[in-house]
Amino acid sequence: MTEVLDYVSDPWTLEFMRRGLIAAVMVSAVAAVIGCFVILKGMAFIGDALPHASFGGVAAAFVLGANLYLGGAIAAVLTALLIGFVSRRALLKYDTAIGILFVGAFAAGILIISRRTNYTPDLFSFVFGNVLGVSWSDVWTTAVVAAVILVLVVLFYKELLFVTYDPSMAAAAGLPVAAVQYGLLALIGVTTVIGLQTVGIVLVVALIVTPAATAQLLTRRLPAMMAAGAAVGVLSSLAGLYVAYYADVSASAAIVLTATAFFFLAFLFAPGRGLLWQRGFSPAGRV
Amino acid sequence: MAEQSGPALALEADDIWAGYNGRTALEGVAFNIETGCLAGLVGPNGSGKSTLLRLILGLHKPWRGRIRIFGSGARPDRLRLGYTPQTEQVDWSFPVTVLDVVLMGRYGRLGPLRRPTATDRDIARQALESVRMADLADRRIGELSGGQQRRALVARALAQEADLLLLDEPLSGLDATAQHDLINLFEGLRHQGKTLLVATHDLSCVAADFDHAILLNRKVVAFGRPADVFTEELLNATFQRHLLLVRLEDRTYVGHD
Repeated sequence: MTEVLDYVSDPWTLEFMRRGLIAAVMVSAVAAVIGCFVILKGMAFIGDALPHASFGGVAAAFVLGANLYLGGAIAAVLTALLIGFVSRRALLKYDTAIGILFVGAFAAGILIISRRTNYTPDLFSFVFGNVLGVSWSDVWTTAVVAAVILVLVVLFYKELLFVTYDPSMAAAAGLPVAAVQYGLLALIGVTTVIGLQTVGIVLVVALIVTPAATAQLLTRRLPAMMAAGAAVGVLSSLAGLYVAYYADVSASAAIVLTATAFFFLAFLFAPGRGLLWQRGFSPAGRV
Repeated sequence: MAEQSGPALALEADDIWAGYNGRTALEGVAFNIETGCLAGLVGPNGSGKSTLLRLILGLHKPWRGRIRIFGSGARPDRLRLGYTPQTEQVDWSFPVTVLDVVLMGRYGRLGPLRRPTATDRDIARQALESVRMADLADRRIGELSGGQQRRALVARALAQEADLLLLDEPLSGLDATAQHDLINLFEGLRHQGKTLLVATHDLSCVAADFDHAILLNRKVVAFGRPADVFTEELLNATFQRHLLLVRLEDRTYVGHD
């Protein structure tokens, strides 16, 4: 019995594991909450684009000796707002605007660091994530940013719900639709930046999309979807770190794959909506 | 609503010109609708019906012309205007219940940072009651039938306590029974003093049950009582090439669109 307990508690005797867990839990919970809006609006591509775009800002901040997160956040938020502006003006299709802007910003990042090859290992932790390398100051930064995002979502829940669900009706009722849409894009941008150190640019989209999509299969209303998404994200972080510790594999990949596994479980077994449920039990097969 | 002497006007449009990206959608549109009237806005696809509704709501600015609502040229309390979008524009897979959607009708009155109160919930439930959907309050919107979807959207406009309801194609895609139910609901609302402007290309419903019809095809071809304006000549002018069948009392008209 104590052996089992040792297995459970062993990873957390190490301080870098504890720090990594705290950071991963906070990031995955916030990413899932924001991710609910992202997948309901069909904006998963944005969740992929903004982390890449933020790399341009990270690289610029690196060369200038400024705070890397601040640089990344500025680049991500600017890209998000530009995407919103271009698509609101209907100059281009939404996904075309995203494709152009994010690859451009990412390429700018590569261009900047290509002049500084001796420093690139540090920056590569942003590309692939290094959750076990976070410092206490990273943890605190993440905590403050995560708290601000959650408070904003709670305060403006009514507006976010209405504008996400039915923007033309929301505008007719006098809500500031453009401001809410830009605000949501900025929140997505900031969320991706706090995910950079945990799972990295390439994988942060998974923390935004996968737990929220899992939750959508399991819940009926948006508040429940947010809570379930956060729970799936937190569980994935916890389980992923155990896998990383005992199998000695990349922590960010283990967290993301755990979330993917949860999604497939829900996809197959979600009551009423899972694949097996539709085949086996529901004659109507309604989704 | 205040006591009115004579036929007070709910809506007056005067020489409205409007469009998108330089393309003209409406050319000199003018008409008026009396308070407490069930009016049909009739025209083929692309005739500018949705544009006109968006102009009335203030979601789109006209290039020229004026819209007066309840006798006022200034933008009135926008919450007196209720709106139901075309059902294709609504995301029915969104994780909200019927009551959640109807409560959104209250959001415009709440202002920022305020949550719906028990009173707002009561009003939303009464609105559901008046469209006979109280038992479906906790249903996911994706689980509603076509007719229930329309009635849920009407309930949202009622929860907003709107006096002038603008409904974009509420009758399309419904079977005869559901259409009949919806028109009964419209007539009930008219009896409560609401004014309804219903965009539709369903001529037989307008001919049978509406007080007023506006024939629109970029211009107002005619407006007046359906019996007066549903003539072969005016309908042909409205629908042009679009082929359609119109039954008026015992006569059948074939228009081409």
